[in-house]
Amino acid sequence: MWTTPAKLRLKGIIGMNRRNIRYIGRYNSRRLYPLVDDKLKTKLLAQRYGITTPALIGTVSTQFGIKQLNKILGGHPGFVIKPAKGSGGKGILVIERVEGEHFIKPSGARLTLSDVERHVSNLLSGLYSLGGSPDVALIEALINFDEGLSEYTYEGVPDIRVIVFRGYPVMAMMRLSTAASDGKANLHQGAVGVGLDIATGTAIRGVQFDRTRQDHPDTGHELASLRIPDWRTLLLLAAGCYEMTGLGYLGTDMVLDRDFGPMLLELNARPGLAIQMANGEGLRQRLDLVEQQAEGITPEQRVAFAQKHFARHSELKEGPVQETAVAAG
Amino acid sequence: MSRLPFYLIVGLLLVAGTAFSIHRHLSLEVPWTPGEQRQVWEVEALINFEAQGDPALIDMALPANQQGFRVLTEHTASPGYGLSFVEDEGGRRAQWSIREASGSQQLFYTVQLLVSPDARAPDMPPPQLRRDIVWEQPYDTAAAQVIERAWNRSADPFTFARELMHDFSDERQGENVRLLLTQFQRSQLLVRLLNQAGVPAREVSGLYLEDGRRRQNLTSWVQVYDGEQWALFDPNSGEQGRPENLLLWETAGHAVLEVEGGSDSRVTFSMLTHNQPAAAAVRNQLSDDTLLNFSIHSLPLEEQALFQTILLIPIGALVVVLLRVLVGIKTSGTFMPVLIALAFIQTTLVTGLVGFLLVVAMGLVIRNYLSYLNLLLVARVSAVIITVIAIISIFSVLSYRFGLNAGLTITFFPMIILAWTIERMSILWEEEGPKEVLIQGGGSLLTAVLAYLAMNNPLIRHITFNFLGVQLILMALILLLGNYTGYRLLELRRFKPVTED
Repeated sequence: MWTTPAKLRLKGIIGMNRRNIRYIGRYNSRRLYPLVDDKLKTKLLAQRYGITTPALIGTVSTQFGIKQLNKILGGHPGFVIKPAKGSGGKGILVIERVEGEHFIKPSGARLTLSDVERHVSNLLSGLYSLGGSPDVALIEALINFDEGLSEYTYEGVPDIRVIVFRGYPVMAMMRLSTAASDGKANLHQGAVGVGLDIATGTAIRGVQFDRTRQDHPDTGHELASLRIPDWRTLLLLAAGCYEMTGLGYLGTDMVLDRDFGPMLLELNARPGLAIQMANGEGLRQRLDLVEQQAEGITPEQRVAFAQKHFARHSELKEGPVQETAVAAG
Repeated sequence: MSRLPFYLIVGLLLVAGTAFSIHRHLSLEVPWTPGEQRQVWEVEALINFEAQGDPALIDMALPANQQGFRVLTEHTASPGYGLSFVEDEGGRRAQWSIREASGSQQLFYTVQLLVSPDARAPDMPPPQLRRDIVWEQPYDTAAAQVIERAWNRSADPFTFARELMHDFSDERQGENVRLLLTQFQRSQLLVRLLNQAGVPAREVSGLYLEDGRRRQNLTSWVQVYDGEQWALFDPNSGEQGRPENLLLWETAGHAVLEVEGGSDSRVTFSMLTHNQPAAAAVRNQLSDDTLLNFSIHSLPLEEQALFQTILLIPIGALVVVLLRVLVGIKTSGTFMPVLIALAFIQTTLVTGLVGFLLVVAMGLVIRNYLSYLNLLLVARVSAVIITVIAIISIFSVLSYRFGLNAGLTITFFPMIILAWTIERMSILWEEEGPKEVLIQGGGSLLTAVLAYLAMNNPLIRHITFNFLGVQLILMALILLLGNYTGYRLLELRRFKPVTED
């Protein structure tokens, strides 16, 4: 049931307190937080830095603006409504397609326009924002996610979390939504976390509810064969977020679009620690190594450095019948 | 980035807090535990005199803090008289005055004294030797001989005084002493002789404290100064040292009572002793308004009661910090548990817990319905507040009808906090499911109960209220905890799977 601090230290696991004081406190300047806490600001900033993000359909910032919602949504086959200041995936409404009067969620649930309007109204009142402050609704185009990955996920879009420390992508995982997580990609709600090798973008290890997994609980597809296409582009995009925001310890959430490739979904100035569970390895050694590097290195060099030093072998079994696992890193 | 200034501040806070607390303990006799009993003497001085119809001025010496005793409170009863307290190098004195008085007059002065072995008299400048001593013939030669005899057998001022008094004792009284005693009072004579010999000395008045004693009179004592400290001598026996139960009433060598415009004046003392909880004894203490003696006890009683609660909040905050930083318990709202714990103090734990759970459970049901009405957030929370008030009212009335008076204390819950708790829990339920509500709600309640147990502990209440320095120590602890980068207890469980393979 319990482990010892010595064992965790040996694994290089960092705890919440250390993350807060040693990394977030030291490398993330408070005045930069609004850049990532407000998704609208992040999006506009990303556009300026040439970082691809999902297309913006429109915004609603006032209660009476909700009346315009139908007009804004008109003609779009699918869309996502997000609170600009939401956290942890709260308040995100995904509409996969529109059938006449009805808006269909990925789960198949049908919503009427007034349901959607109510959601936006709650969102503007600050129901999902930090501290309940008034919020803005972002309406984004639906991501046409890469079909090659659809076997690995149930409903929702899988996203890729890359921890970027001082501009170096230090650790990555893919979050696959499950029935248990209700299509959401939050690990504590039951999504599957798959640790990714920084060098190649292939799966290293899978966990659900903190226990290792070899396959997806709903689709039954094994995870070992998971390989992220365009991996280097994705890392470059993530690494570039350091120059864009100035935040030293950053969680970047990326998605893979069929047509546009890797896209930045959102940034997080307080990324969680579950990524260590998915990778079966602590962040400590990697962060220590990056702290020894000098400033002023281009994203390309940083990505190359990370790919060289943080390479690992998969712990997953190749195929369901094969018994011998590849040696752990 | 150097952490030195941080540790400097923490160290400074710790040292200052500890020093401040120890100072209060040592110099003001504030005990560390609430149960300690302290002996308190209540001494009443009754002044009697015959007024002659003229303006009268009565001047009486008052006791001050001294070795063995500390003055707590003093009162006077003297209808019609003007009263002022004077303090000079001659000690503290009370002066009563009246324009016209006739017949028998009575003035009362009562003082409460705390028996404290560590008490000391305030530092006084070394006394001036009196040079104005003149002896008439033939007393001058007698005095010189007495002094010389004692002088030769002594080594320092104290032994000299002892030898001198020895010569005054009945069996050894020489001719010279007998001659001198015809002219002077014993202790007055001793003081003269000592001063003559170049040893500063003075006559003081002491009061033997005996429980239940009435009409006690003052006795004369001689104090001798050896260049560093005063020593008290019994002029009759020549014994050095203060008897345990002797209170020095007047120590400047002046008259205890001076009456102008009256005759037949005398002062008598009655006294009794009782034991009192130390905390109460402290409360009665006269508060000197200096910075070091800065104390909540100088406030009116009502404000003191308020501060007693306010000063407990840092304890609650410390519990929250401990549980969140070292244990990793999740709570709904960072300091909500402290507010709930404060309410528990009013309601008692079991009633509080039952009431809290009932109100939140009822609130969640009603909040669930409100969410169908599609209201704006502020309006919805306001509606929940009114609902909470309604629930509390109904519970109060019901419990009163059923004769459960404890149920009435439910009104002590902070209603706005309850409403926000209900709102948060409700959103949590919708978004994360009932399990997360149980985790966070349970975490909040556990934190609240632990904070309550800490804040309701008599020892902790006593210490936070009586030692303001403890607040600095708490501050230092919280700062240190804010610097802790190690693992939380619950992380040892959370990250266990990683260490398994």
